[in-house]
Amino acid sequence: MKMINLNLKNYLLRHMQVMLFTLGRIWRQPLASLMTFMVIGIALALPASLYVLLKNIEKVSTQWDDVAQISLFLKQDVNETQAQKLVSELKAWPEITAVNYQSASQSLEEFRQLSGLGSLLDTLPTNPLPAVVIVKPDSKDLQADAISRLLSRLKVLPVVEQAQLDMEWLQRLRSINETGQRGISILGLLLSLSVLLVIGNTIRLAILNQQSEIRVIKLVGGTNTFIRRPFLYTGFWYGLLGGMVAWLTLLFTMSLINGPINELASQYNSQFTLVWLSGPMMLILPFTGMILGVMGAWLAVGRHLSAIEPT
Amino acid sequence: MIKFTGVYKRYTNQYEALSGLSFELAKGEMAFLTGHSGAGKSTLLKLIALIERATHGQVLVNDQNLTRLPQGKIPYYRRQIGLVFQDHNLLHDRTVFDNVALPLVIAGENHREIGRRVRAALDKVGLLNKERNLPIALSGGEQQRVGIARAVVNRPPILLADEPTGNLDPDLSRDIMHLFEQFNQVGVTVFIASHDLDLIKTLPYRQVILHKGRLAQQDEQ
Repeated sequence: MKMINLNLKNYLLRHMQVMLFTLGRIWRQPLASLMTFMVIGIALALPASLYVLLKNIEKVSTQWDDVAQISLFLKQDVNETQAQKLVSELKAWPEITAVNYQSASQSLEEFRQLSGLGSLLDTLPTNPLPAVVIVKPDSKDLQADAISRLLSRLKVLPVVEQAQLDMEWLQRLRSINETGQRGISILGLLLSLSVLLVIGNTIRLAILNQQSEIRVIKLVGGTNTFIRRPFLYTGFWYGLLGGMVAWLTLLFTMSLINGPINELASQYNSQFTLVWLSGPMMLILPFTGMILGVMGAWLAVGRHLSAIEPT
Repeated sequence: MIKFTGVYKRYTNQYEALSGLSFELAKGEMAFLTGHSGAGKSTLLKLIALIERATHGQVLVNDQNLTRLPQGKIPYYRRQIGLVFQDHNLLHDRTVFDNVALPLVIAGENHREIGRRVRAALDKVGLLNKERNLPIALSGGEQQRVGIARAVVNRPPILLADEPTGNLDPDLSRDIMHLFEQFNQVGVTVFIASHDLDLIKTLPYRQVILHKGRLAQQDEQ
């Protein structure tokens, strides 16, 4: 048991040594390493910043959900009592928070005020405008499908001529958002692939640089695992530090646009503040970098190591 | 300890380096491998170190049949053989200590044991005071002794050397050969390829002489 503990301790100690050794090697080539970090960082920051952008659009659109309302245009022959009955009926629906009734004459008055076509309206023999019931859905279930379900239920009411959702543009924005998200996933995938290739290529160059060293290690009995280890750790560091560069890039760009955004929001009387990447999301960048780094290194090492044999 | 039976080595370009070679080296023996350039000395050593594999025939080393040894076992097999090269094959970005420690680090020895054995090996070759130096700061003879320290640091039963004195003057060469004798005296099987015939003549060991890939004669001097 003690023996096993000792072996484990040795094993971990050796990994620590290789970790520090490879970090030292990266440190000794600051310029080349920095450039690699930058490439990885920018490649990772790009999809991440687009993701943040989408998150913010999403937040804006949910804020606007508060103004979502459904206008029910009542049939011309519906009288005042029927309309009031409908209003009290609708108030009892759990998915509706508020109901406002606007009679045909009120509608006319509103139109007269807003359009400035009062004199034209006076020439009409009857009021062409319908009475309107404005329904405000409960903000708790503002999912698109919940609203459209509500809408279709309202449409079939006998006194309702037409039900119109005043947020179709919002749904369009959502679809654009969804398309954007898919685009970002694809872009993220492609850029991850490029990170993989960048790291793979860096490791390949490192392997070529250390060909003679690898030969010597093979000659004195080093296994492939032993030879592979420092390269995997090099990939690990490149990925991790590149991920951190991505993180900093994101932080920097967001702090740059934070000021203008707040100004814009205050002009719209909005309490909008920029959504940043949440804590766990911030960890994802270095972590993704790390995984990609080790994978890229693994691919490069597997491809090139067997080609180097002592002669 | 080392036994060749009808060994052929043919390279892809039809060049035959060894043609039906058979010889044997006893456990604890010290012998020289001589012959003209191109006689197959390096090829023979490469077959023992499994840097190359025989085209035909059987190579037995330390009771292991090398023709059947799978690729994955080669690193572990090589740990039983100390290799010394003409051009030392040292790692120039690491200190003398780290160079000598390499086989022990590879074998996963613990820290304290590595320090102890590296210093013992460096002491043996008389370079204890140079452990912090980089190889580039050492003379040719000193670099060769670092190479020898690295070859013996994990106490292999077999020591192979390919022209270890090739670049050294006669006095240094004699010192190096003397070092090999000392390892032989503690039971290590030593096999040295060399064309330094003047030096070899003065030493009381068997010569395995190669001529065009075959055994020329075996001298028991």
